[in-house]
Amino acid sequence: MNEGHANTLVVTLVTITNLLLAFLVSGIVIWVLGEDPWFALKTMLYGAFGYDEGLGYTLYYTTNFIFTGLAFAVGFHCGLFNIGAEGQAYIGGLGVGLVCLWLENWPLWLVFPLAVLASIVLGGLWGAIPGYLKAKRGSHEVVTTIMFNFIASVVMVNLLSHVLRPPKEMSPESREFGEGVWIPQMHEIFEWFGIEITQTPLNGTFIFALICLFLVWRFIWYTRWGYELRTVGTNETAAVYAGISVSKNIIIAMVIGGGLAGFVGINEIMGSSHRLMLNFQAGIGFTGIAVSLIGRNHPLGILLAALLFGILYQGGAELSFEVQAIDRHMVVLIQGLVILFAGALENLFRPQIEQFVKRLAT
Amino acid sequence: MSALAIELTEITKNFGNVCANKDVSLKVESGTIHGIIGENGAGKSTLMSILYGFYQADSGTISVQEKPVQIQNAHDAISVGIGMVHQHFMLVDTFTVLENVVLGTETGFSLKKSLETSKLELQRLEKEYHLEVDINAVIDTLPVGLQQRVEILKALYRGADILILDEPTGVLTPQEADHLFRILAELREQGKTVILITHKLREIMAITDNVSVMRQGEMVAHLKTAETNREELAELMVGRKVLLRVDKAAANPGKPVLTVEHLDFTDASGVHRVKDVSFKVHSGEIVGIAGVSGNGQSELLAAITGIQPLQKGMIQINDESITPASKADAATMRRFGMVHVPEDRQRMGLVTSFSAKENSILGYHNDPAYNGLFEMDRDAIHSTCQRGMEIYDVRPNNLNLRASLFSGGNQQKLVVAREMERDPDLLVIGQPTRGVDIGAIEFIHRQIISMRDAGKAVLLVSVELDEILSLSDRILVMFAGQIMGEVLASTANERDIGLLMAGIKQEAA
Repeated sequence: MNEGHANTLVVTLVTITNLLLAFLVSGIVIWVLGEDPWFALKTMLYGAFGYDEGLGYTLYYTTNFIFTGLAFAVGFHCGLFNIGAEGQAYIGGLGVGLVCLWLENWPLWLVFPLAVLASIVLGGLWGAIPGYLKAKRGSHEVVTTIMFNFIASVVMVNLLSHVLRPPKEMSPESREFGEGVWIPQMHEIFEWFGIEITQTPLNGTFIFALICLFLVWRFIWYTRWGYELRTVGTNETAAVYAGISVSKNIIIAMVIGGGLAGFVGINEIMGSSHRLMLNFQAGIGFTGIAVSLIGRNHPLGILLAALLFGILYQGGAELSFEVQAIDRHMVVLIQGLVILFAGALENLFRPQIEQFVKRLAT
Repeated sequence: MSALAIELTEITKNFGNVCANKDVSLKVESGTIHGIIGENGAGKSTLMSILYGFYQADSGTISVQEKPVQIQNAHDAISVGIGMVHQHFMLVDTFTVLENVVLGTETGFSLKKSLETSKLELQRLEKEYHLEVDINAVIDTLPVGLQQRVEILKALYRGADILILDEPTGVLTPQEADHLFRILAELREQGKTVILITHKLREIMAITDNVSVMRQGEMVAHLKTAETNREELAELMVGRKVLLRVDKAAANPGKPVLTVEHLDFTDASGVHRVKDVSFKVHSGEIVGIAGVSGNGQSELLAAITGIQPLQKGMIQINDESITPASKADAATMRRFGMVHVPEDRQRMGLVTSFSAKENSILGYHNDPAYNGLFEMDRDAIHSTCQRGMEIYDVRPNNLNLRASLFSGGNQQKLVVAREMERDPDLLVIGQPTRGVDIGAIEFIHRQIISMRDAGKAVLLVSVELDEILSLSDRILVMFAGQIMGEVLASTANERDIGLLMAGIKQEAA
């Protein structure tokens, strides 16, 4: 076993151990509440995987988390802590919505790339401004991206309640787009092949998310741009020595991150709600941070972590529906424990696991 | 034979497949200065880390003051009287000397009380061992030599009878190093035992009583310093005969390749670091810049290589002129035909978390030879790295190994290979052999000279006067940001250069 393999094994074991711990503590809480933890687990897994509708919802949530997880990861590889995916998703989604409203009679194959572009432009812009402030003025991105989350929120409330709301409508949301620009839902795609599955919000964007995972992976580890980004992220002095512009790469990383976060809008706006509405991105951006960190900022890890959070969202909803003593907040608690053990207490058992792997290797 | 302070018996330590220490035995007599010498990666640091409890030996025993002990961590080491002064200081920069010494030994609720009692003890130690430092000075404001003294005080304060110093002179000027040696001699007078880990023969000969030589994880010899000589030690370390002097033919300078005119540099905190410096480097010659560390050499180097934007003055490389308006960065300089081996390979020359392969193209990653339309050409990168590692004999020959896992000398070889193999017109090289073992020093020196003989221009900056004297054709001496004078290497002597380094002009002297 060489060093690389041993490392991968350690990382995998550490992550699994932490998740098991999180579930163990969750189980204890459920047991204290007077419910059967084993039953709760079964209910949750059944809710997430047990039937095609549950699985559809799980993957639909997963799609969102892939985007925001990637948004965080790209910044992270450039040494940035981008916690503005929330706002970037919101504003990127605005771009998606505007394209769909304007071009609703155009064919989907034309509107889709334009919507992707709009989301990159607007989401990217929302990342670029904090990026620029960081690169040129030294303003810390954690502070500025939080502020930009709030600004995004205010901008959207105003736009939706004053500009985009159709007259005579009560709720602050835009009109529904023409059906022509809806991204086909998964049950429709399966129908083309003669397979029947239950209708869920899961739509073609899931495939787009998988493509994004692949592209980000190749970008970061196989292109010269990714090379520059990682150099800036790990050693700025060496980057300057190598003639790599630190500020350029910070801005690029924030634009790419913002664009990726904006794709949440594709899934939510274009693929599911078919209209612009308030808070469609609620919490997805923040969950993306946990997804990326648990997934070790690697696309494969992000896929698995996004799936985990998809399970927690969907299985948790099922759980609070099925089991009396458990309500919505219990699900938040479980998510919190996952973040606590896999994120904050990540290295709790790392020395022991390293020892174990070492003994295994010899 | 007097009492043994330390006895290590058949210590073996493996890291995965790599054997860092193999059946190493060592006896250190009480009240002596014992040198452990060996090339980087020979296992000296591992052995001391075992003694200090950072690592556990796979097998073997340790005795301290002739009693067998188990050392599980640094705390155990301290409790049996072992103190360590690390190569990179473990001090809190914003704390005072006193606070740093007390750190970790505070008692009770009130820090003030523990500081007061410690103050007396610390003053006593300073007096006893002639280690004067202002105990209220903030570490940040002290020169490295004094910071090191604080490290020694820290160890003594914790009751150390046996002091381990790991490459203590790596960060010191020659004068500071001499001062350190006087302190070590003083400690020996007082009955302390000192273990000095180094790869510098001069230090072993100057100060130690006994010396143990390590090579590739094994102990190859134990000698009395008085009964050996530099040549013998060097041969034992490297395992073959080495040339300690550099042989070179007379220089044959051609047209100027690098011209620097009226270069001025002020750093971010407003200190005027480089003052109106002008000089030329011709093809086929090596120009050395000598000076005590911190006299503007690093800043001059940074301005010439594009690390810092040019503020004032002009640089010309071949026919390309660079002024402050040209906004040249390191990439521009490379394009004009300069390569740069930086002073600090770990911070600047390498991304230590990247593999050797990825590091082999740092700065050249935009070269079309390594790039397809979107993705980089991994085969091209692989063959560049492979070739460099073979020619420069980088060990281990593993292209996928992280740069941080190579020894210092091999890291330097990775950087030197990357830069020199570019066939540049101008080589700018800072501290080419800092922390590098003898075998590698010999090799790097020969490479620099063969670059010169191939008609390249070489600008060498080093704080090792020996190195400047043996490599350069012309020597410029810097003091307080200015060039104090120029001497021809053929007629130079250490005394003249030493005066210039101290800021005394020849006319005045």
